[in-house]
Amino acid sequence: MPELKVKDLSIGTLVRISFSLKPGRITCISGPSGSGKSRLLRAIADLESHAGDILLDNKPQGAYPAHHWRRRVILVPAQSAWWGDTVGEHFLTPMPRALLALGFPEDTEKWQVNRLSSGEKQRLALVRALSYRPQALLLDEPTANLDVDTTQEVERWLIALIEKHRYPTIWVAHSREQIQRIAHRHLTIVGDQLEEQEIHR
Amino acid sequence: MNVIDLSWWQLSLAAGLVLALAVCTHIARLQLGKSLIIAAVRTVIQLTLIGLVLDSLFAVGSLLWVSLLALAMLLFAGQQVASRQKYRLRGGWSFAVGTLSMLVSAFCITLLCLVVLIAPEPWYQPQYSIPLLGMLLGNTMTGVALSLDRLTESMQRSRDIIENRLMLGQPWQQACLEFRRDAMRAGLMPTINAMAAAGIVFLPGMMTGQILSGTSPTIAVKYQILILFAIASGTGFGTFIAVTLASRKLFDKRERLRTDRLIKSKSH
Repeated sequence: MPELKVKDLSIGTLVRISFSLKPGRITCISGPSGSGKSRLLRAIADLESHAGDILLDNKPQGAYPAHHWRRRVILVPAQSAWWGDTVGEHFLTPMPRALLALGFPEDTEKWQVNRLSSGEKQRLALVRALSYRPQALLLDEPTANLDVDTTQEVERWLIALIEKHRYPTIWVAHSREQIQRIAHRHLTIVGDQLEEQEIHR
Repeated sequence: MNVIDLSWWQLSLAAGLVLALAVCTHIARLQLGKSLIIAAVRTVIQLTLIGLVLDSLFAVGSLLWVSLLALAMLLFAGQQVASRQKYRLRGGWSFAVGTLSMLVSAFCITLLCLVVLIAPEPWYQPQYSIPLLGMLLGNTMTGVALSLDRLTESMQRSRDIIENRLMLGQPWQQACLEFRRDAMRAGLMPTINAMAAAGIVFLPGMMTGQILSGTSPTIAVKYQILILFAIASGTGFGTFIAVTLASRKLFDKRERLRTDRLIKSKSH
């Protein structure tokens, strides 16, 4: 999988920030609420207009048609939206192995969307995003609605997938313990800049 | 043709009925009385004026005056479309989209009907061209207004769904497909219902008018079929163009959803 590079990006309160994401590596981003984490992810997914360059495989964002870019650099928002009746119709391809790995029964794709709990929605949104075969992942608090056990199960599953497919990954997280468990690199938003934090493994 | 003219006191009897209805709704506190009266007064004034205009236009019958009236009708219809939206596109785009879609559909189909199908001499003879255009424009206007209203309101309400679909890499057309489809249906449903029920549930207005004024029912039916088909295609193409243009306008070059291009109307 290619590298994802952010060069001199300005979005919202953030000014000219630069960093790069190596394939198969998880970069955690944290910061107080309202500091612009979600907007940063939206800018990288090209859902908000912004200044600066973002490159995938050394090719700038603007060189891709917008929907091709978003198909490759998939953003999984903290609150997922569902439009169809059943879970399965939201997947590009059936995802039996991912569902099994997350402890969902075989008939999950036939489930009615309006009966999903928030925790189920959050995990199924990850499965849905992966069914589109991305090249990079932007995860906005992917375990916010999950209990402790499920959180660790999802973490292990995601880490294995990110290593296997070598996705460059941004993972917005709040909990210090979680960041210590998953991050290869940790950036925090301080004012209008990103600050590198040490990781104690 | 022996037409029985209506006298003014006969019309005022009909007006009395509307007034009675307004009084009843006022007593029942349904708050419809005022808008009912205003609409009724507008009907009288507008129709009287257009009657005078048509009388003099029929007398002159020149292409210039026919085109001027047609243009005025089009602009008024465009303004009506824009004013009926709960959410309008900023910068007069609702007016532009509405007017353009009606120009392309209602005008072209009126021209086609006049030149090829009815073929009066000359083709723009106001007795044919103005009523035909009015009927097409009126119906297309309703369709376009309904569909745009449905489109902008549902897209405004379902922003998170559309954005989530964009996040999964769907092109903008696909991300709002359901909303465009619903909007088209909302615009076309009255016309489809009218065609399906014509002659069974009700006699269409134009046919009734023709029969009352002495035309033989067989001829009136032929005209009515022509009119209904013209209305259906005019409304259909108009709605299609309006929905396509307006939904495109709600995304920018990078296919980002731009509901900030909508403003809420004060009157709603």
